[in-house]
Amino acid sequence: MPNRNLGPIFVTVTSMREGVITATGLVKSFGGLVAVGGIDFTVMPGEAFGFLGPNGAGKTSTMRMIGCVSPPTTGDLQLFGLDPRHDGRTIRARLGVVPQMDQLDNELTVVENLLIYARYFDISRREARSRATELLEFVQLSERANSKVEPLSGGQKRRVSIARSLINDPDVLILDEPTTGLDPQARHVLWDRLYQLKEEGRTLVLTTHYMDEAEQLCDRLVVMDGGRIVAEGSPQSLIATYATREVLELRFGRGRNADHVADAAEVGERVEELPDRLLVYTTDGEGSLATLRNRNIVPDSALVRRSSLEDVFLRLTGRTLVD
Amino acid sequence: MSLVTTSASVWRDIRRPQRLIERSAMVYRRNWIIILSGLFEPMLFLLSIRVGLSQLVGDVEVSGRRIAYDEFVAPGLLAAAAMNGAIFDSTMNIFHKWKASKLYDALLTTPLTAADIAVGEIGWAVLRGTIYATAFLITMAAMGMVESAWVVMAVPVAALIGFTFASLGMAATTFMRSWADFEYVPAATLPLFLFSATFYPVSAYGDWSWVVNLSPLYHGVELVRAANLGVWEAALLAHVAVLVVLGVAGTTVAARRIEKLLLS
Ligand SMILES: Nc1ncnc2c1ncn2[C@@H]1O[C@H](COP(=O)(O)OP(=O)(O)OP(=O)(O)O)[C@@H](O)[C@H]1O
Ligand SMILES: [Mg+2]
Repeated sequence: MPNRNLGPIFVTVTSMREGVITATGLVKSFGGLVAVGGIDFTVMPGEAFGFLGPNGAGKTSTMRMIGCVSPPTTGDLQLFGLDPRHDGRTIRARLGVVPQMDQLDNELTVVENLLIYARYFDISRREARSRATELLEFVQLSERANSKVEPLSGGQKRRVSIARSLINDPDVLILDEPTTGLDPQARHVLWDRLYQLKEEGRTLVLTTHYMDEAEQLCDRLVVMDGGRIVAEGSPQSLIATYATREVLELRFGRGRNADHVADAAEVGERVEELPDRLLVYTTDGEGSLATLRNRNIVPDSALVRRSSLEDVFLRLTGRTLVD
Repeated sequence: MSLVTTSASVWRDIRRPQRLIERSAMVYRRNWIIILSGLFEPMLFLLSIRVGLSQLVGDVEVSGRRIAYDEFVAPGLLAAAAMNGAIFDSTMNIFHKWKASKLYDALLTTPLTAADIAVGEIGWAVLRGTIYATAFLITMAAMGMVESAWVVMAVPVAALIGFTFASLGMAATTFMRSWADFEYVPAATLPLFLFSATFYPVSAYGDWSWVVNLSPLYHGVELVRAANLGVWEAALLAHVAVLVVLGVAGTTVAARRIEKLLLS
């Protein structure tokens, strides 16, 4: 669904430059199961493009098609103007891939993982050495260079995966849930590194469950649900289109939230009822809360926050992203 | 000009599978003891036959010549060692890399293809088998079981046997569902080891001797034995052909299966 607000800008940009990745009517089915049900998107050079969606949305299936390790069932996909069906190897030479599950070589050490990976890309041993040293520094793992992969923490393994994916100096980096399962600090370290890569002019394509990650990293994103794209745009434009400026979260205690849906609706533009709380979409959260209190409606707890992509997702699919 | 580019691209194509051999070399650089351990079993066999069995059995007639029993058995053991080494490398080891460590999934995101993986892994198994065969041959020579200088041909023959069995082993492994399925591997290789004219001439089977032709190892044993005796005849080409055809078929099946199962 094209975004009206940003429509004119994108038209100009698209007509001026070629997309690095373009998909038209892209479908992936496994037997009878349709994992990706006909999606269209264009990724521009140098942009960070996100796929946001809940479990089973078809994010990994899409990433695997882009990575040329899964042939599309139907539809058209092009990377660098080439078709993965015929030029998979040439395309893969220019990609860096961080899969959802780390696929590090457990029989080798950290630095050997990078060295041998370089060799798969036909990079000379000498060049491989210098790149490996540089990249381990980049992900702050130089002191673990000679450690085996197995004993590393989740966040460290993820960083090795990222370093390894950069060994061929890729134009496009494909990251499938780069920070899932990491603690907040490890996530921030990774975001910082990814941001740096973006600044170097690399194109990033990433998937995530996390709204804050998408907001931090992505210039543009698509929201996927059930194998389809349900919205597309920049994080800000999506929030502007599908949510209000602020959200008032109200908790009335178990089982009593439902009784107050009507009251809440009177002080906001829209109300979402979740099992544990009510979300009131409003331009002025404090104001709405004050109005409620004046009417002697006092929740157990109330919280005013900026609206986020989570709210966009809830609006579009009727479900929360991270349950 | 176009010839230059073509040959350059062919050169690159040949080089890609080599990267897997390079990886294996990297892995075993620290574990070279494991490689050596693969030598013990065939060497012990050789020794025990040399010490005991040879005296009891006496001479055997092969190709119209009478030779000592240990000289008869040694080529069979060499061929079997090449088979066992190749099978070991191409079954359990490959299954682990495929299922447990997801190595091949990672490789397929690089410019390597399914065929590169099959050829590279089989290539490593062949290399390892060839090292064993060479060590075995040196021992044979040291124990005085060598009949002719042609015996050096046993090394390329062992490489061919390694190729055949590594290919078949890898192809079979792509059909394995769990570790339990590997119980079938010795069930296939042990009979081959025992009944491929390894321990007694094929004439012992009388009217049923044609059945032995069904064993790929038999063709390898005949070739090594011919090398040891320095008897070269056109019929040997048929043995070579059988091994080559099975090897190529196995490699093709392995590559197809990797492509089908991992590039889904
Ligand atoms: N190889 C496969 N064979 C059969 N079905 C598959 C295969 N890969 C994915 N699917 C199915 O396709 C659908 C989409 O899966 P996919 O992995 O693309 O989702 P996802 O958005 O990455 O989810 P998650 O957030 O859990 O990683 C799911 O229903 C999944 O079961
Ligand atoms: Mg996924």
